[in-house]
Order: sequence, then structure tokens, then C-alpha cells
Amino acid sequence: MADKLELRECYGQALVEAGRENERIVLVEADLRKSTMGELFRQEFPERLFEVGIAEQNMIGMAAGLALTGWTAVANSFAVFASGRAFEQIRQSVALPRLNVKIGGSSAGLTDTGDGATHQSIADLAIMRSLPNMTVLSPADGIEMKQAVKAMLELDGPVYIRVGRIAAPTLYDEDYKFELGKIVVMRPGKDVTLAATGTMVAVALEAAELLAKEGIDARVLNVHTLKPLDEEAILAAARETAGIVTVEEHNIIGGLGSAVAEVVSAAGAGSVVRVGVEDVFGQSANSYEELLAAYGLTPENVRSKARSLLQKA
Amino acid sequence: MADPKLVAELEEKAKMIRRSIVEMIGDTRRGHLGGSLSIADMVAVLYYHTMRLSPGDPNWEDRDRFLLSKGHAALAQYAALIDLGYIPQEELYKLKDLGSMTQGHPDMRKTPGIEAGTGSLGQGLSVAVGMALGLRLAGKDSKVYVIVGDGELNEGQIWEAAMAAAHFEVDNLVAFLDNNGLQATGCCAETMRTEPLSEKWAAFGWHVINIDGHDIGQILDALDEAATVRKKPVMIVAKTVKGKGVSFAENVAGYHHAEMTTEQYKQALAELA
Ligand SMILES: Cc1ncc(C[n+]2csc(CCOP(=O)(O)OP(=O)(O)O)c2C)c(N)n1
Ligand SMILES: [Mg+2]
Repeated sequence: MADKLELRECYGQALVEAGRENERIVLVEADLRKSTMGELFRQEFPERLFEVGIAEQNMIGMAAGLALTGWTAVANSFAVFASGRAFEQIRQSVALPRLNVKIGGSSAGLTDTGDGATHQSIADLAIMRSLPNMTVLSPADGIEMKQAVKAMLELDGPVYIRVGRIAAPTLYDEDYKFELGKIVVMRPGKDVTLAATGTMVAVALEAAELLAKEGIDARVLNVHTLKPLDEEAILAAARETAGIVTVEEHNIIGGLGSAVAEVVSAAGAGSVVRVGVEDVFGQSANSYEELLAAYGLTPENVRSKARSLLQKA
Repeated sequence: MADPKLVAELEEKAKMIRRSIVEMIGDTRRGHLGGSLSIADMVAVLYYHTMRLSPGDPNWEDRDRFLLSKGHAALAQYAALIDLGYIPQEELYKLKDLGSMTQGHPDMRKTPGIEAGTGSLGQGLSVAVGMALGLRLAGKDSKVYVIVGDGELNEGQIWEAAMAAAHFEVDNLVAFLDNNGLQATGCCAETMRTEPLSEKWAAFGWHVINIDGHDIGQILDALDEAATVRKKPVMIVAKTVKGKGVSFAENVAGYHHAEMTTEQYKQALAELA
């Protein structure tokens, strides 16, 4: 297996594969299909892809209409526009009537590095998580991406899936089995827990390596499904270790960190420290790694947050 | 008819802007080349002739306002702002660097001379209408100039703003439609049909002027005509070529957002010399 896979390519390929097996799958795109990789689907099924131009709100409304006439509609755009521009259309026309519409949020997080604050998506998880009936997925690598797409298409109902614009380190083998709503323990550990989502799972694993060198045994969780959240695994981690450090390529408000803290505090089960973008907008950079470092999304920062949590415990 | 000497001067400015756009991207960066090159002539006329500005005092109350509703074409605006001293010269070589003033999309909190936040398409025209109303309400005679993309017209909000501008009879607002025929994926006609454009804007209550957006004389004449229009917003529908001035990028959708090889970079600079 390639040690890195382009997440958006895996996403686009998975849609094509699903499209071969299920002829009821259709795509709606908003002038970004060469970036979302919906283009791969168009090449094979041109009549099953509707290009609506730069019109995300219309895209979601049309996807709802397609769902209402028996199609499984997948609407793709950049995460920031898919979740933000079309929010009210998603709320009214998709989530409330619980329609079979899938929303692909591409170039998510800080992965649209050059375009800067306007295109970087640090609120999509919060926005989508706040909607009743919405399932929210955030796969960690290319293998998981492919399987998550399959699972999303098998589920009858609204799903938001986050897709980064990077070649992500491959964490899983081909025989990995994605289970929607079930946290994956990437690494057992008893001292502290690092719970990450999406592209940050790899960062958490590196942080665990750093901690291991210091004699700290960190558990690493891959929270690929933010909603419904696997409360059992979260609470077990909170109780069995000193606390949980959440790691996400997203604002620390409203995303994974909030979701985990909600569950842990309701159960009085321990402490949660959040690593993420600290409630500021992003900016342009010419290197993704440089941008991650500027916002503290590094193994070193996760390590130091874990250590401070351990000191408090 | 425009003064030939003025036309020649502004043509030089437009060429300078194009050269700066190419330099900003250089042979190591990616940038919105095509859509920045297509507006260079309009930007040159606005910044070096039409607009009332005070580069030493970017927030001067009585200035005219310029907005790029198609914010991704910021490189053209940065070129003028750098040349006029709003932005330090060294920023020319810092496009999209961490902490730079030349962000991927215009950011009014980071960059002097930027009047609003744009980059998510379809929103700038509404902001321009609000500015025009705000200036009118304050009794100012400043004007608002805004450039809208032809692909951007796909956004419903554009037409909401179109209605509002006519409804409120804002005549201190002049918009340019950069009608370059291409958007991100390919040509506008295939992506989403928006023609007939001039008829649509006229039907929405705008005073419409059709020009060649690379003909400085026509741009000047259109702005003169716009200055005489009362009780209506003005839409100057400018036929343009995406990538104008750099032969390999002209009318090629792939140069919407692109990088250049060292050879291409040299060729582009040579063509704009
Ligand atoms: C709301 C929104 N959707 C999508 C994009 C991504 N995007 C950036 S430029 C572009 C195409 C713009 O086409 P046009 O308005 O014709 O501008 P041109 O580059 O041709 O001047 C797209 C789809 C965006 N910036 N904003
Ligand atoms: Mg265009």
C-alpha cells in the first residue's frame, strides 16, 4: 500500500466504484468538480452528474429534489461553501425532512493552504454537528476514506463527509473494516488519551511516539464519526486514563473537542484538553506543514498538552 | 473620445500590472493568473485615472471605493496597491507567504487599500450596494466600483444584489462584469448558461454599457457615460480574455489557478516587456 494517498482521489474513486454497483447514485457539483474529484464520476457516468455552476445553495436544493425522486444524491463543494453557504438549504431541505443526501466537504480544514482564510474550513464540523438527523464523518486516511464513502452511501439519510486536500499518510491495511459510529483504538494506552479526527489522527500517533520516549503510554483514538459519537469508547478512555486530549484540524469550538467534552463532562468522567485552531481564522501559506505549525497542530504541541494534562491529574 | 496620451499612459500601467501579477506567481508559486490578467485594464483605469484616492491615507473618508467581488483576482489589485505605495514593495515576492499582506484572497484586516472581505463568490456586489447606500446616506459623493466575474453570476445572491441596487436607485455604484467566458472548471456557456447578459442586467433595472474590456479608450468612455447616469446603477459588460497578455494562458481554463514553469515565467515576462 502506498504510504500516502490523496484523500480527494480516494473519495472520487469510491464514488465511481459505488456508482458502478448502484445506478441510483447521482452527483451534483458547483464548479469545483475537478477539485472535489467528482470529475472522475462524470467521466464514467456523464448523465448522472449535474453541474450547477457556482451555486451551492441551488446545488443542495437540487440534491434534495433528486433524493425525493428516489436518487441517492451526493453534493460536493469546498467544505467551507458546502457547509456554510448552503447551511440553511441543508437545514430546511435536507436535514429536517431527513433526505438521502450526502454532502462532500472538500479542501477541508487548513488543506486549502494557499487560498487562505476565505477557503479554509474551520467551522464545518461544528455547523454540521449542530443539525439534528445529520451524520458527520471525518476519515483519517485514503483506505478509511474509501470505506467511509461506501458506508455513507449505504446509510439512508443525510451525511456530511469531510475530505482534505492532501496526500495523507496511510494508517490502515486493505483489510481494515470501517464501522460507522465506532471509534477505532489505533494504539492502546493507559496513561493519557489522544482522541483525533481526520488528518490529525496521524499527528496524534506521532505525538504518542514522542510520549512513549518519555515513558508515557498514550492511547490513540480515531474518531472518524463525530456524529453519532461513540460515547462508550470516549467514556472508557476518560475513566481509564488521566484525561483526553482532542486533536482536530478545526476550531476548538464546536467540533471534536466540544463533542468529547460534552460527553465527558455530562458523565463527570474526567478532563478534556482541546488542540485545534484556537478560535481565529486561518491565513495563506505556501506550505501546509508550516500552516499546521503556526496553529499548533503538531505532534510536539499535542505532546505538551498531554503532559500538562498528566501534571494536573 | 478619450485622449490618446492618457490612453497610452494607462496602457503602460495595465502592462505593469500584468507584469506584477506574473512576478507575484513567479516560477515557484500558484496563483489565480487568468482572472487577474483579464481585469488588469479596468484596474489600471480605475486606480490611475478615475478613482479619487489618497494612497498615503488609505482610510481617507472621501475616497472612492473599489471592491473585487471576484476576490480571487486580488493579484491585479495588489499590483496597483504595491505600485501606489499602499503595500510595501517587498510584498510583491511574498504572495501567500505565512503572515504576508498578499493573501490568497483580499483581507481588509491584513492589507491596506482593501475595502472589504471577499473570496467567497457572489457576496461582493451586495457589499458594494450597501457601501453605495451608506455613502449616499452620509451625504458623501464618493463612488463605489466593483468587478464581478461571469462565472460568479451563477450565485443567486448576485441577482438579489442586482434587484436591490436598482430598487434603491443607487447611482453612485459602477460595476464591471469581467466577461471572460471561463470559470473554474471550463467555459461558462457549458457550465451554467447565463446569457443573455446585457439583457438580463437591463431587465433588472441597470444602465448597461457594452465594451471591449481590454480597450482603455472604451473603458474611459464607459466610465464617462456612467458618471452621467442618474437613479440607476451602472453595469459595464466588459468582453475580456481570461489570461490576457500571456499567450499560453489566454482562453485556457487550466490557467484559472496555476503555476508556471521557469520557461513559461520567462516567456510571460518577455511578452509583457
Ligand atoms: C462561493 C464560492 N464557490 C466556489 C468558489 C471557488 N472558485 C473560485 S474562482 C471560481 C471560478 C470563478 O469564475 P469567474 O467568476 O468567471 O471568475 P474568473 O476567474 O473567470 O475571472 C470558483 C468556482 C468560490 N471562491 N466561492
Ligand atoms: Mg470568468
